[in-house]
Amino acid sequence: MTPALLEVEHLSKRFPLRRTAFDALRGHPRPILQAVNDVSLSVARGEALGIVGESGCGKSTLARCLVRLHDPDSGTIRYDGADVLALAGAARRAFNRRVQMVFQDPYGSLNPRMTIHDALAEALRVHAVVPPAAIPARVAELLALVHLPPDAATRRPHAFSGGQRQRIGIARALAVEPAIIVADEPVSALDVSVQAQIVNLFLELQERLGLTLLFITHDLRLVRHVTHRVAVMYLGRIVEIGPTPALFAAPRHPYTQALLAAAPRLVAPSLVAPSLVGGRRRREAATRGELPGGAAIPAGCAFHPRCPVAVERCRRELPSLTPRGTPWPVACHLAGDPA
Amino acid sequence: MRLPFPLIAGLGILVLLLLCALLPGAIAPYDPLAFDYTAMLAAPGRAHLFGTDQFGRDLLSRTIHATRIDLQIALFATIGPLLIGGAIGLLVGWFGGLADTLVGRLIDLVQTFPFLVLVIAIVAVLGPGLENMYVAVAIVGWVFYARLMRGEVLVQKHADYIAAARALGYSQPRLMLRHILPNAIRPVLIYLVTDMALAILLGSSLGYLGLGAQPPTPEWGVLIADGKNFFTTAPWMSLFPGLAIVLTGLGFSLTGDGLADLMDVRR
Repeated sequence: MTPALLEVEHLSKRFPLRRTAFDALRGHPRPILQAVNDVSLSVARGEALGIVGESGCGKSTLARCLVRLHDPDSGTIRYDGADVLALAGAARRAFNRRVQMVFQDPYGSLNPRMTIHDALAEALRVHAVVPPAAIPARVAELLALVHLPPDAATRRPHAFSGGQRQRIGIARALAVEPAIIVADEPVSALDVSVQAQIVNLFLELQERLGLTLLFITHDLRLVRHVTHRVAVMYLGRIVEIGPTPALFAAPRHPYTQALLAAAPRLVAPSLVAPSLVGGRRRREAATRGELPGGAAIPAGCAFHPRCPVAVERCRRELPSLTPRGTPWPVACHLAGDPA
Repeated sequence: MRLPFPLIAGLGILVLLLLCALLPGAIAPYDPLAFDYTAMLAAPGRAHLFGTDQFGRDLLSRTIHATRIDLQIALFATIGPLLIGGAIGLLVGWFGGLADTLVGRLIDLVQTFPFLVLVIAIVAVLGPGLENMYVAVAIVGWVFYARLMRGEVLVQKHADYIAAARALGYSQPRLMLRHILPNAIRPVLIYLVTDMALAILLGSSLGYLGLGAQPPTPEWGVLIADGKNFFTTAPWMSLFPGLAIVLTGLGFSLTGDGLADLMDVRR
């Protein structure tokens, strides 16, 4: 495997929540939302890493930490060996150029008052990507790259459909010639027919430009289609990370199994129903109940209240993300345990 | 692109007023200060379309000559609050923190006082006259602009396009002036046009009270005040300057509505 281009170690991000004046007077501590909790992962150059999980599991917060829209509370991010969190001034802008983001909402992520040409030209000018005289030509190239007509440049975002806007968002990210694209649910706001076009655009661009892709989604079909490796997140933590085809064929963590079981067309039922955990076979690996909020994460393994195979140890002890006789790291006490 | 009808109508009125303001001598039939003892308190008629006052001065001419000073009030009594309030609202909305809290409380505090009373109090301290009125309006009026601007900045700064711009490494001034400001200014500009109409009413109110434009300068509020003693015998003395105020207010309001339509990005 090639050396990691982006390395994340023990990254955590908390958000303090509001408390009522009454709670404050009673001395209750401020509730804290633990959005990202001790996440470590690495991405190799040219790789596509998927990050999946339910809404509210911290995927987007992780993505925003990676492009430095949020400052993490602890942990490190290294790009090409350099500590990203220590960057300031010109070095930070240089990092911004290397790592770009594509947003979920194609309606909110474009400045409604700027024409497409202005938005793309601004990125080109600020980062001096090309000489000023070459900017119009470069804008045309970018639009061609994402399969938009050249006359799109003169119009404003409201003139475009959701799928076209997402292409514009991608073109804007590509304008500064990044090495990594962090795509945060890039197609979940689009019609299914348009989703496929955008996903194929990502695949095409990755191949043509040698991009490294972090593809964040809750849609398992997309992960399978797009990514080489996949990390499964639950309540701020990665519970399992491994090669996409193998992991989808034989998920080790009960949460991953439940996620895959919830996407019926994805895998044959025979692959999902027999739980691989601890040799105990269950008819259903589905989760029970609702996702607890990030402000009240259960002790021990965060998944234990919903886990179909949880034992006493899961309530007390946090499982670490390590290979447990499994081909890839899994954060479950019972994974790979022959007993 | 088709211009909205209110904008055409509003701009038409404003152009007419602007002509009166720039070339009053060419439009007005008489000297606004010339006494004519043969036609005192003359009713509106062929010789004097708007009638005359107790000194026989032609009211049409006086109303036309007053346009310049009243449009000047509309401009000068709003530009200060706009610039001060807009800048403060943009800064505290964008940076937040303690300054935002303090300015927010200050805005609340100023707004608890009736606007007119506060302006009158300040003018009374500074002394009567238009310059002092502009100062007083700037001291009080900026809060309305700051509140509008701050609220809109708070909405816009959490939009994804700002996150995208930040992820692109744009500088703070660029984010504020190129991305936030053009998207946050619309309600402020629309309020500005309405406020211009309010400023004329304010100038007229202060003129009426003797705190604004000083006689013999013709000013609509002063003209109305002059007419109040003759209201039962010569109502036209107050009526026509009052209609001029109404017309100006209408012109600004229509222009504001039209601009609101025009600035909608969906057009």
